[in-house]
Amino acid sequence: MLLNIRNLHVSIEGKEIIKGLDLSVNNGEVHAIMGPNGTGKSTLAAVVAGKEGYEITEGEILYKGKDITDLSPEERACEGIFLGFQYPVEIPGVSITNFMRTAINEQREYKGLKSLTASEFLAKMEDKKKLVEIQSKLTNRSVNSGFSGGEKKKNEIFQMALLEPTMAILDETDSGLDIDALRIVANGINKLRTEENATIVITHYQRLLDYIIPDFVHVLFEGKIVKSGGKNLALELEEKGYEWIKEEVERMS
Amino acid sequence: MTNSKDEIKNIPLKEKLILTFEENSEKLLGKKTSHISKIKQKAFENFKKIGFPDPKSQAWKNTDLSEVLSKDYEQLFNFSTEGTNVEELFQCDIHNFDTHIVSLLNGWYVNPSEQITKMPDGTIVGSLAKATEEYPELIEKYFGKAQNKNNNFTELNTAFSQDGIFIFVPDGVEVLKPIQMVSIINHEKNLLVNHRNLIILGKNSKLTFVQCDDAINHQTSFTNTVTEFFLEENSNLDHYKLQNLNNNSSLLNSTYFKQEKDSNLSTNSIILNGGIIRNNYHVNLDGEGCNSEIYGVYLMDRKQHVDNQVYVDHAKPNCTSSQLFKGILDEQASGVFNGHVLVRRDAQKTSAFQTNRNILLTNEASIDTQPFLEIYADDVKCSHGATVGQLDEEAMFYLRSRGIGEKNARMLLMYAYAAEIIEKISIEALQLRIDDMVKKRLRGELSVCDKCVLHCSKPDKEISFDIDMSKV
Repeated sequence: MLLNIRNLHVSIEGKEIIKGLDLSVNNGEVHAIMGPNGTGKSTLAAVVAGKEGYEITEGEILYKGKDITDLSPEERACEGIFLGFQYPVEIPGVSITNFMRTAINEQREYKGLKSLTASEFLAKMEDKKKLVEIQSKLTNRSVNSGFSGGEKKKNEIFQMALLEPTMAILDETDSGLDIDALRIVANGINKLRTEENATIVITHYQRLLDYIIPDFVHVLFEGKIVKSGGKNLALELEEKGYEWIKEEVERMS
Repeated sequence: MTNSKDEIKNIPLKEKLILTFEENSEKLLGKKTSHISKIKQKAFENFKKIGFPDPKSQAWKNTDLSEVLSKDYEQLFNFSTEGTNVEELFQCDIHNFDTHIVSLLNGWYVNPSEQITKMPDGTIVGSLAKATEEYPELIEKYFGKAQNKNNNFTELNTAFSQDGIFIFVPDGVEVLKPIQMVSIINHEKNLLVNHRNLIILGKNSKLTFVQCDDAINHQTSFTNTVTEFFLEENSNLDHYKLQNLNNNSSLLNSTYFKQEKDSNLSTNSIILNGGIIRNNYHVNLDGEGCNSEIYGVYLMDRKQHVDNQVYVDHAKPNCTSSQLFKGILDEQASGVFNGHVLVRRDAQKTSAFQTNRNILLTNEASIDTQPFLEIYADDVKCSHGATVGQLDEEAMFYLRSRGIGEKNARMLLMYAYAAEIIEKISIEALQLRIDDMVKKRLRGELSVCDKCVLHCSKPDKEISFDIDMSKV
């Protein structure tokens, strides 16, 4: 099992957001996590990536069989975890090229590999740019600075392509995209799919799942996964809305 | 002081300076009847009256000079190379950055061949002392006309200064090669230097001037410089100031810009090291349609102190001024920013913007920032603002989530923060060099006072400044 989250409880400033969550992801799988606003989807993504400010009060996050809760965000990244941000951060003054070259070489150093030379890196970048249909001038610009919503999301997938993670968690990568950008981003994600890696896509809407076919769909509600199923669950949700889930949860409790 | 040190050891610096001036007045004043001599005499009388500033005054309350002013200093009233190989100084050139270098050693103009040069296009570059002899009409027209009449340290400088850089760009001339001034302090005892520069840009002329302040050894020095810039109608000045001094150096740099109609000023200060640095910028927009861009970046650590005082006087309508100062203060470093924009009653359609941003990396680092607008005209666009903060946590997490370690992530963000100012440097070769210096500074690899700041990444061209005691 690649990622195994068991009975996870997470609080922010004393307020419990995730309340006993279980999730297992195997290599080669795509999972979709859906659910209404404010149920803990982004918190789950941030906690797995190692963001500070979250307190894990109970449970564990096992990645490749090891508990990663004590690892720093950079160590988790070097171990192969990638977070696609819902709101990618603008960093004026740092070029994407410089950013990605630093990131790749730090990850390579962690793995005991030699740094990429400038020309090796540029060749790799050219190659990955095509994957998300990025024009060359974008890479000379500062990270996300002044980017449109679509450019920011494309840039996330571009970074994912360069870093080649084993476990990618994409937090609402589809939000704010027009239909063309959505198609490009989804195609990028599909092309990156292998037998070895796994992807969790967090989304509100079924429309992303028209492009990325998930193996499993989970519904996150009030800090717990309350329902899991195959790709048809997403269609059911689209049709019936989240009210149906809420009622079902209430009925069960 | 040089001559009668023992007798005057225990009296305050002001009194020592007064005595020293009187003892050396012949050297300091030159021909008693000359125009300059009268200005200097007057400045001396005024300094005698006002002395050093009140430490509690608004302008000085956050920069403590008591220690600087309690030390004993020598002054050099005659030029001496002190064993410095001045030939080698001029051999240094910067890859891809072809400049005309003029150098000052301990406040004195150094040039092995000639003291002043007139170029084919009529541009005059050289020693201010020499220019005073050769071009008295130019000096008389400009000297002392831009400066603030009642500034303690400017008066001190006017009285004591004997040399410095003189540049005159005639009407319509564009000086293609940037002129780079390298001011080096190298003396075996505590030294007080008062040097003075006068830069004149004629109508429709253009000049790029790079001003570097450097200290070669680790001896205590106190440098009090005054530079007057005159920008005649429709002239363009691109000015850079680099300050990279040792921790025992105190530098007080007063820069006066007097702008005539439609002139353009861009001044950019890169402050990387120094014990105490105080920069006074005084911009007088004295003609319609002027534009001034005043930028600065400071990266300080240890117990370093930096103080930028910017005064912009919008005296005429339709002028624009923008100020942007950004700083990163680490460890126990402290900073001051005091920006004052005055918009006079007649200065309608003024646009004036003022911003100071700071990042404090520790709890012990501090900044006092005070942007201030004083507006008497009613049809103006003005804004001011100051921020003090830490590095952006969200950006830190973003970088780290890609595998970049905490230390490097911090460095990238600090660099990015400074880059906003560095990107404004219009000469590419200079921009690259400064960019390199800033990166080194952030990594803690930038050494001070090895060589001229701009040569720091060319270790293959060592300059040696061995002191030959027999010549002192």
